[in-house]
Amino acid sequence: MRQYMTLPWWSWLLMGLGLALFIALVALSIRRNRGIKRSLFATPYVLWIIIFTVLPCLLIAYYSLTDASGNLTLDNFRTFWDSNHIMREQLRGVAGDEIAATVVRGSVNVDTLVYSLWMAFLCTAICLLLGYPAALFMADRNMKLGATLVVLFIIPMWMNFLLRTIAWMSLLEDSGLINSLLRSLGLGPVQLMYNQQAVLLGMVYNFLPFMVFPIYTSLNKLDPKLGEAAADLGCNPWRTLYKVTMPLSVPGVISGITMVFMPSVTTFFIPRVLGGGNTQMFGDLIESTFLFSGDWNLGSALSLIMMVLILISLSILRKADPNGEGGGIA
Amino acid sequence: MSKVSQFFKRFYLGLVLFFLYIPIVVLIIQSFNAGKSRAKWEGFSFTWYEQLFHNTSIMNALWVTVSVAVLATIVSTIIGTLAAIGIHAMKKRPQAVMMTLTNLPNTMPDIVTGVSLMLLFIFANIPRSYTTMLLAHISFDIPYVILSVLPKLKQMNRHTYEAALDLGATPHYALLHVLIPECRQGIVTGALLAFTLSLDDFTISYFTTSPNVQNLSTLIYSATKLGISPTYYALSSLMFVVLLVLLLVVNKRTKEA
Repeated sequence: MRQYMTLPWWSWLLMGLGLALFIALVALSIRRNRGIKRSLFATPYVLWIIIFTVLPCLLIAYYSLTDASGNLTLDNFRTFWDSNHIMREQLRGVAGDEIAATVVRGSVNVDTLVYSLWMAFLCTAICLLLGYPAALFMADRNMKLGATLVVLFIIPMWMNFLLRTIAWMSLLEDSGLINSLLRSLGLGPVQLMYNQQAVLLGMVYNFLPFMVFPIYTSLNKLDPKLGEAAADLGCNPWRTLYKVTMPLSVPGVISGITMVFMPSVTTFFIPRVLGGGNTQMFGDLIESTFLFSGDWNLGSALSLIMMVLILISLSILRKADPNGEGGGIA
Repeated sequence: MSKVSQFFKRFYLGLVLFFLYIPIVVLIIQSFNAGKSRAKWEGFSFTWYEQLFHNTSIMNALWVTVSVAVLATIVSTIIGTLAAIGIHAMKKRPQAVMMTLTNLPNTMPDIVTGVSLMLLFIFANIPRSYTTMLLAHISFDIPYVILSVLPKLKQMNRHTYEAALDLGATPHYALLHVLIPECRQGIVTGALLAFTLSLDDFTISYFTTSPNVQNLSTLIYSATKLGISPTYYALSSLMFVVLLVLLLVVNKRTKEA
């Protein structure tokens, strides 16, 4: 165990001081007004959040706005928009404006972002189409299996996510299960792996439960009398679904869309395994910028762009569900 | 009509569950395959299970994964429960700020969280290790605990706590015997959620640990580059069964209670 504890001494000191401060604050407030001020209970969390959430976000912003030697610059964002601009600048110095102008605007980063957004959109749409009926049927009072079904949807997530993705490989590859079946039917091997559809399949597989849970939760909260009332007032089941159930499940749908869309934009690993690495997504781009190119400044800029995009889309979604009733997983 | 639609609903749910379970079934079957190939069945054997217990890197990674998950769950449950009680008692403005900050890590993609924590450790000149990974896990677990406990506190009658105080309970006593039992369900849910997330996390661990300290996910990730051995299938099948049994036991106990 000892070899693991490699924090420098001052960080232990800092943690000790934080804890002592917390205890002192609580003790003080007990002495002064008999009751602990309950909001003080959040002190450790406040300290934690400052160190592990606020500070890292500020660091991302700092790195994205500086170059490798720490000078303020907007170059990283320019590289995002035009990945060839450094080469063009260098050419301009050597060969003059005309030749430099022949260097086209490099758009690797923007293309990757657009592709990722498109894939995330497709994945979210498919999850919604598959997941809504599933949630609807689960919430059906006649099913009597609701709670068990929820557990059945959770259990697959206990299998390591990487291994589940790899398992799809053994189903889809040329010598895999599906192709063996097809071959025995005389349909010949079909190329199922290393394309966009395979990546999409892997994404839907991984994110589907996150669409089903929130919708199920919001449908399950609905008063069954509402449906009966609609029927009494002359609605047929389809009309009830369309006019009563669906509008009331909007918060769940929004929460589901958030929980699927956000992580799927930055999907990482799935494209590499099922897409064979020829279709990079934004998550892979951030990873390779940090770890393979070692360009933390550009990597931070990419992360910042991702964060801003997500915050924008969140605030749009919030508008549609102002009370945040959608609920999360719990 | 009703029978047909009932059948259709069941059939549809069955199909979706089939889709979710098929890779898992394939994985478990392959863990008993005598050969190394993914495609061909070469007879039933326990070879991979035997190899599993002799493979020190897997056993180390298992130890790292489970110990990080347990420690992170304990710490994040304590900090998170206290924080939920604190946030619940706050005035409106600070409460809104805290809730935004609590929701922020949930909405940030894992990879951004991982990268930002990596930058933090590099910036503070802390070499990445077991401890940094543990700190990262605690950080992403706490919000889930808070978000599970807070709804229970909101459902609770606000005056129960005050009534306990009026009846002579010390705040300490009221906390332990009134507040905590009221939100026990939420605490348990939060802890379970934290444990599951921590056990399965790949992205954040990947950025916050050193190559010498690997958890199962990062180990599997580095193994995929070389072609993955069925030993990993054996391991995850075993873990899957253990968790399933645990779930059944917990379920049975809560039903009896």
